[in-house]
Amino acid sequence: MALPVEMFRFLPFLLPLLLGPSTFSQEIQFNRDIRPILSDKCFLCHGPDEKKRKADLRLDQRDGALADLGGYAAVVPGMPDESELLARVLAHEDPSELMPPPDSNRGQLTTGEVSLLRRWIKQGAPYQSHWAFEPVADVRVPESWSNNPVDYFVEKRLKESGITPSGPADSETLLRRLSLDLTGLLPSLEEQQSFPDAGLESTVDRLLASPHFGERWGRHWLDQARYADSHGYSIDGDRQMWPFRDWVIKALNDDLPFDQFTIEQLAGDLLPNRTKAQHVASAFHRNTLINQEGGSDREQFRVESVIDRVNTTGAVWLGLTVGCAQCHTHKFDPITQREYYQLFAFFNNTEDANSTGATVEVEEYEILGNTPEATPVKTFPSTRAKWNPVRYRNPVTSSGKPLHLQKDNSLLVDKAAGRNDSYSVQATTYLDRVAALRLRVLPDKSLPRNGPGTAANGNFVLTKLRIQSRGKPIAISHAFADHEQPGYPIAGTLDQDAKSGWAINVGGTRKADMNAPHEAVFVFREPLETKGEPLEVTMEHTLNESYLVGRFAIELSPTVPPAPAPKPAEIVKPRKGRVMVMKELPKPRSTFLFTRGDFTRPHKESGEIAPDTLSQIRPALGESRERPTRLELARWLVHPENPLTPRVTVNRIWMRYFGRGLVETEEDFGTQGSPPSHPGLLDYLSHRFVAEGWSTKKIHRLIVTSKTYQRSSHARPDLVEVDPGNYLLAHQNRIRLDAEIVRDAALCASGLLAPKIGGPGVYPPQPPDIYAFTQSRKNWKTSTGEDRYRRGMYIFFYRSAPYPLLQTFDAPDFQTTCTRRVNSNTPLQALTVANDPAFLELAQGLTERLLRELPSADITARIKRAYQLALSRIPSEVEHKLLTDYFEAQAADFANDAVAAGKLATPAMKAGPESYARSAALVCVARAILNTDNFITRE
Amino acid sequence: MNDHDHVKNWLAEPTRRHFFRDCGVGLGTIALNSLLGQLQARHLPVIDPAQPMDARIPPLQAKAKNVIFLHMAGAPSQLELFEDKPKLREFHGKTPPKSLMEGKRFAFLKGNETLLGNSRPFLRHGQCGMSLSDQIPHHRKIVDEVVWLRGMTTDVFNHGPAKLFMNTGFQAPGRPSMGSWITYGLGSENNSLPGFVVLQSGPRGPRAGNSLWASGFLPTSFQGVPFRGKGDPILHLRSPEGMTRKRERRFYDAVGALNRARLEATGDPEILTRLNAYEMAYRMQSSAPELMDLSKESSRTLDLYGVTPGQPSYASNCLLARRLVERGVRFVQLYHSNWDSHGGPGETLSKDFEKVCKSADQASAALVLDLKERGMLEDTLVIWGGEFGRTPMGENRKTTGRDHHIDAFTMWMAGAGLKKGYIHGETDELGFGVVNGKVHVHDLHATLLHLLGFDHERLTYRFQGRDFRLTDVHGRVVNEILA
Repeated sequence: MALPVEMFRFLPFLLPLLLGPSTFSQEIQFNRDIRPILSDKCFLCHGPDEKKRKADLRLDQRDGALADLGGYAAVVPGMPDESELLARVLAHEDPSELMPPPDSNRGQLTTGEVSLLRRWIKQGAPYQSHWAFEPVADVRVPESWSNNPVDYFVEKRLKESGITPSGPADSETLLRRLSLDLTGLLPSLEEQQSFPDAGLESTVDRLLASPHFGERWGRHWLDQARYADSHGYSIDGDRQMWPFRDWVIKALNDDLPFDQFTIEQLAGDLLPNRTKAQHVASAFHRNTLINQEGGSDREQFRVESVIDRVNTTGAVWLGLTVGCAQCHTHKFDPITQREYYQLFAFFNNTEDANSTGATVEVEEYEILGNTPEATPVKTFPSTRAKWNPVRYRNPVTSSGKPLHLQKDNSLLVDKAAGRNDSYSVQATTYLDRVAALRLRVLPDKSLPRNGPGTAANGNFVLTKLRIQSRGKPIAISHAFADHEQPGYPIAGTLDQDAKSGWAINVGGTRKADMNAPHEAVFVFREPLETKGEPLEVTMEHTLNESYLVGRFAIELSPTVPPAPAPKPAEIVKPRKGRVMVMKELPKPRSTFLFTRGDFTRPHKESGEIAPDTLSQIRPALGESRERPTRLELARWLVHPENPLTPRVTVNRIWMRYFGRGLVETEEDFGTQGSPPSHPGLLDYLSHRFVAEGWSTKKIHRLIVTSKTYQRSSHARPDLVEVDPGNYLLAHQNRIRLDAEIVRDAALCASGLLAPKIGGPGVYPPQPPDIYAFTQSRKNWKTSTGEDRYRRGMYIFFYRSAPYPLLQTFDAPDFQTTCTRRVNSNTPLQALTVANDPAFLELAQGLTERLLRELPSADITARIKRAYQLALSRIPSEVEHKLLTDYFEAQAADFANDAVAAGKLATPAMKAGPESYARSAALVCVARAILNTDNFITRE
Repeated sequence: MNDHDHVKNWLAEPTRRHFFRDCGVGLGTIALNSLLGQLQARHLPVIDPAQPMDARIPPLQAKAKNVIFLHMAGAPSQLELFEDKPKLREFHGKTPPKSLMEGKRFAFLKGNETLLGNSRPFLRHGQCGMSLSDQIPHHRKIVDEVVWLRGMTTDVFNHGPAKLFMNTGFQAPGRPSMGSWITYGLGSENNSLPGFVVLQSGPRGPRAGNSLWASGFLPTSFQGVPFRGKGDPILHLRSPEGMTRKRERRFYDAVGALNRARLEATGDPEILTRLNAYEMAYRMQSSAPELMDLSKESSRTLDLYGVTPGQPSYASNCLLARRLVERGVRFVQLYHSNWDSHGGPGETLSKDFEKVCKSADQASAALVLDLKERGMLEDTLVIWGGEFGRTPMGENRKTTGRDHHIDAFTMWMAGAGLKKGYIHGETDELGFGVVNGKVHVHDLHATLLHLLGFDHERLTYRFQGRDFRLTDVHGRVVNEILA
């Protein structure tokens, strides 16, 4: 192959990489043997720091060490006796020549060290210079720098390049950015309003302390853990790994130090006196696939899972593609094939073999410790009061239709009752004294879904109940009901608001509350002496035209019934899951190198391979009499001297905040990866991370309180030439929301989000026929109640047939570890947000919310509020006009097509004062906002 | 030049970089980037991020533009369809020679099985003299149109992993499928339909599910889009009830205008891509139903395939495949089950096998004939076959069937750049192994890419520090079958 001329410039750089470390395997290794000596004794005056450098000699780079110093050089490769370096460290006779200088307090070199230097020079003085394997430097920010240290590094580079950074994002954008980045949820209206007063710092603290922080960042971690709820491959049966998900959420919320976080996940089962939670943590590596297909070779798929555990560990903690060494010594990074199998040997001894293996039973809430507080349920007080039936006189509706008396002394509305009909009844009683009235609403077969109301779903909205005696209103002190639909309390029947009232059929979590008998009690301010006169009861239904009470009975009590007392909530049995955990075999399996990675070809000639770590990455695994286990491996990964784990970890945190890591190839810190854009910053953060006890929350706080993070994300046309990729971070980047967060944001905007944390997966509605393409059909029991509106991360994940939204928006398939999601932008995404009934429901939810919260507002106010709820900002004039015009055009169109409008308007909207057409047009507006790029983007 | 062109122009450069970054094509260092860029630029697709599916010209001369892959899920028995083995009949019931069994692994065989002679009568057909059993009479019409690959081999013997291997070149899930690789390389010629479409028929879906057409680490723009046989072909294609086409146009206009307003405010090129994506979504709403509507096909065509309009079937999928390719869709893949003839209920080598043959025979042949008649076979490649073959030994279940066999099976290919009526490869007398003309799955992939204008070693994608390709580190173009 003919090499282009340019190639030659790179040959010196490429050759050592191509030849690989094996060339030097029996030789002195610079990073292991020489760098510590030079670093300790020489770099102070002959290192990277120009200001401190003496005699214009630097020894941290080979060029510097070999440079001509005037007829001689510090290092002459192959010729130790010609090398000034050796002469000077040995010049004990002449203190003015001796290095390090006797007064430097550096101490002299030992004989052993000198001998190492000699051998190293003799061998040609090779340097190893790959940055990622070098120790994390304790980089300092000048004391004069009083701002956030992150900005020091970023602004320094910008300044050097002559770039003025962008200004801060406006506060609306910033709050939305912070909320989405830290919790994955949109800021509420209240949070938006209080942000200017609360200020940035306390807002950051609030978000970091939010239990949703663990969800947001737990999801990132679960990507790396390749978490899923099914076994994978073709059969893809269910598994119960959610206790592990709970563990991750809790660990992040508790800011479990990352070293401990690592140890518990890789070897929680091996910890002495392990807790149950630590045992559950070891499920990390049980997220590998299991092939349940008949005729599978157990050993083949066991080996597959061990390989996956090795590769995942390499990618997640070391940022290295160790997988290459499965078949051959790594071509670029210093990982030999033998070393690969040394890592393999750590993971080769667990009991599971393409099988469930060891499990731990966990109850819901057990790991998170977030047992929901028992919500007090109102007792029904009337059993303790003495209720007496009445006799009805002249029961009529305002439309003139009768109320039919039933055998049980209840009244049933006539089928021909008018819209918004109201009732008037005279109730006579033998009681002399009446203290309270009870209204019982009752199901009846003649009513839709058995009632008790006349609405299509059996609901009603009773907007007013008035009691008069002898033409004078009776004052009601209070009212209570055994059940109220959220937003429709019984108290609504007492006020002057014609739109508020009592309803019963929506929003309850218990099925038993639907289409069932209910009752409300109205307590008189003062007991009434009846003197044989009837009570005149009127009932109004002014909110929704077809939402009448269908069948009811009135009863009276001479005594005041007690106020409702809370009774303990229904005791719901906590659900349980058996989570798969790691379990070591009593006797380890033998590990052999596989020829070309093929498990059927163990290379027994080269002997059994014992577990050990990678020689190029510090520190060496401690000498131990016993065979090292996963626990030792985990401790090695988080040893303060291991340079990769902290770098890789803080780099990934950075990546989530800017869309790109300081090291762009976050999954490859090897020689083929890209070098850090801000090496000083990377090491500053890494060092601080470890020094501050591996607290991830502190790193999060440090980053998001920097100016760099808070800058505007608007593009900078002026930087097209200088820094088109924004590597220097003159501005923030716009980042599309992750798949789950696309859903979460829409749930937030509509106000329908069920914020419950943790527990087993949920099954929101999905289109039929999703499983037409999988071998085994899945039992997707669509969730009802709050589980229908849980966050996206709880959607039950079948590897062979993921929830379509997740797949469309680039959630990984969790077959293997995913350290960085791709971010596509496709027509299928457009179709999903535009047409998925689940999204339409949320657009309708947002519309209902607008109508509910702004009952008498005009379209201008509603568009503004929709923007605040969905985009956390006020619309621009242009946007406002666009949407107003759009609204009016659709409304005018719908005005001539009530049938179509009725399909978009929900029952709650139809019950409201707006016309079908304007309700439907407002749904169109909400739908349009949810479909903007802005909505699914964190700016 | 309108204002959006203006925005577009100054965005063009960073946009491209942005995409390369997200695609992982970005190389380690700027230096290496320029170096390797010079070496590879011609062979790596240059993708407009706003239109990742725009048609691209391949780096080498291409014979084929489109591919239709007819995947016979469950693995058809080559010994009941294509491989007439007199010796196997002769030794029927005998223990197979030890030498042939050594070191072999099977999914279900226990080791005491005996040889099972061909259960079907065979005859030679056409000028090439290809032997076909009585089960696929319609294939007689295409014997001299196709290349017969009798020496196929693969690496894995379970359905899921083997299907993955056939589709992605790797036995575990997570790699891009060939359709993804091809659309990554070539984009698609139709901008109102997906570039990579999956159709499915038969009693059950293929094992391994979505990962068979997943884009793996490639951007999801390149993943296969399953069209459903019933209802709307694409998920969420249908507008909400009450939204007429006119109202939808208003909706798309409003969203577009809001997005343009944001584009002007932020200057983010991703918004351009989203604008285009929404427009394509709108177009798909009419183009996809139009595609599925077979009413304009002549009765002659319907009869040729054996299609009953309104009834989803393998036959209607074959016809849809032609319609898709006709509209410029790059890669169409059909999965048809169930060919898993182990013996026993639902999987007998008698009735059940006859049934699946009957369902697949006519339409498979019809597709080749129809494409030829329309001149489309000139630049369309049709591939037919399962994920592996079946054993010469019988497998004893309730009835006798055949187990999975990876060392020798038959596939056929037809169309652009290939010989016609050519038999490639030969197996031993008992059908255990390939004697000559072996074509490994990786070789099939290499050949496929070759015909589409790619060097399979150079159509790569960098992921987690490594340049991946469809053929991993293997593959050889099967020059013998090229015209």
